[in-house]
Order: sequence, then C-alpha cells, then structure tokens
Amino acid sequence: MAIKIFKNFIGRIFSNIFRNNKEIKLGFYGPPNAGKTSLANRICKDFTGEEIGSVSKIPHETRNVQFKEKVEINYKGKTMMFKMIDTPGIATKIDYEDFLKFKVKKKEAKQRAKEATQGIVESIKWLEDMDMVVVVLDSTENPYNQVNITILGNLIARKIPVLIVANKIDKNKSDIKKIESAFPEYEVIGMSAKYGDNLEEFYESIFRLSKKV
Amino acid sequence: MANKKNLGKLKGFSIQFLPYSEIRDLNSDGRIRKILGVILGNNILILQGRLKSDEEARLIGDTMAMIGHIKNFRGIELAVISGNDDEGVFMKFKKSLANVLTGADLGAITIIGPATVVKDIKRNPKKIELLLNK
Repeated sequence: MAIKIFKNFIGRIFSNIFRNNKEIKLGFYGPPNAGKTSLANRICKDFTGEEIGSVSKIPHETRNVQFKEKVEINYKGKTMMFKMIDTPGIATKIDYEDFLKFKVKKKEAKQRAKEATQGIVESIKWLEDMDMVVVVLDSTENPYNQVNITILGNLIARKIPVLIVANKIDKNKSDIKKIESAFPEYEVIGMSAKYGDNLEEFYESIFRLSKKV
Repeated sequence: MANKKNLGKLKGFSIQFLPYSEIRDLNSDGRIRKILGVILGNNILILQGRLKSDEEARLIGDTMAMIGHIKNFRGIELAVISGNDDEGVFMKFKKSLANVLTGADLGAITIIGPATVVKDIKRNPKKIELLLNK
C-alpha cells in the first residue's frame, strides 16, 4: 500500500515536470491579411529576438507553414515553452488577377496564386496537429465569413482550445463587439499586433488556455 | 460527375437544389464528389442541411488543389445559414432531437458556387446576399 502511494506520488511529480517542459504547439489561423504573422512576429521578437516571417499588404504573403521552436514565454513569473506555428491564411478562392492590383507582375502573380493555394491545403492539414490555436481576425472586416466558421468548427470538433484575437483595433473601422457577438462562446481579445496593444491580456489568456491542453 | 463546362465569365448559370436525402448515405468522399460535380458544371448549389466541419475544410482543400488544373477555376464561394440562435431552450432541444434523428442539421442551408459565377456572399446573422460576377 505504502509503495503504491509512493509510486503515485513520484508519477505525479514526473508528469508535472514533463507537462511544464512540454512544448505546446500554438497555431495562428485565420483569413489572409488578418495579421497572423504580425502577431506571431511580435511574440517571437519579444522572447527570442527573431521574427517568424515577413509581412506585407499584399494578401497571401505567408504561403508556407512557418515555425519557431522553443519559444519560452515568461509572464508574471510563470514560464511556458511554445512551438509557434504561423499558417497561411485560409481562403475559398484565389485569383491571380487580385494580386495585379498591388502592382505585382503577371508572372509573379500567377506564381503567388499557385503557392497560396498550396499553402491553404497545408494549413488545413496542420489543423489536427495543434495543441492550441489563436484565430486572428481583422476587426475591421465582417466576421460572418464561412472560412472563420469552418476553422472554428474544425477546432471544436477536435477539442482544441481556441482564443480569438480581434486584430487591428488601432483602425477607425475596428468593431470588436461584432466579433464578440458573432462568436459569443469564445474569449475575444482586441489587439493591435502592429503596435503591441493588449499583449498583457493576450499572454494572460494564453497561459489560462494552456491549462486545457 | 457532371460535365465540367468551361468555367469562364458568366454567360448563364443555373441554381440546383440538393435535398439532404441525396447525400445522407454517402461518405465524405462521395459527398464532396457530388458537390464538386454540381459546382464544376458552373452551377450554384443550394444544399439542404450542412456538411460536417471536416468536410467543409476538405471541400476548401480539394477545390484549392484544383485551381490551376481546371481552366478558369478560381475556387468557390461558400456560406452556411443556420436557424435562429436566439431561440429558447425548448426549441433548441426539439431541433437537436430532430438533428439526431435525421443525422443532419436540416434547419441549415448551404450555398456553394464557383468563384467565377459568385463574386461574393455577404452574410450577417439575419440575411445572406449573393453577388454575381458580370
């Protein structure tokens, strides 16, 4: 009996140690140009000094899944290790002609469109591998977009904890309430990844959510 | 699978209604094949009920993989409207019971169209607007 209690005690200690050292796979999902990479960059820069990827006004700048491993986030004396996974924005259509409006040459636009479609396929495949997901939405856009609903539906079905970030709150058209009323069952944090607004609240939520992993 | 017409600028289109009974007994592959058959025929599909979330994601992934391989295909526009979310507990219970019995959310409607035909689907909780390409 005493041996069994001792074994359980040791087991609990070890499982706690490993849980704390475990790298949590934190995915950044959302539609194109919502600011996924900007947010991931800000976090990575704060804690590793390096960015995860490049950002641009042209949609589908991120066309491959990008990683940053062993990102140790310290917040109010607590530390957690994350593997940051920045994914290409998910869309239901890609037209190379849309890139021409950004003065991209036709050949380059076609190549960008081809890579963007592959990136979306890759993003969808990665959904099931995440431990936790931050869905980044542009708070100046209509949230009732089927892509957002499909992403969230897949995360619910896989029981993956989710945090919604309503990004771009620095813009006049930003409307966080619209996002909150579209997804009332989720925690929504208004942020500006560009200026780093509300990062404290974001880390607080990430740490709280990580307990569900 | 329906004829794959040349998907180009809008010359004409048809709207096809698919009752849920048409896909109820199909597996995910069969459902997606059936839907793609309609879409690639340059039609707008109105489906009774909705796909499972993983099927919706697969539909997006499969259509993305087709871009560049099918002439003028640019992807799809997709929207699902469900019933009123503000309804009471009793109505919600009745609905979920009906969903269990039928195996589907029959109160929902799914609209899918090729992006060359449907420019945009604007939606809010109360209405849905289909904007077509000229």
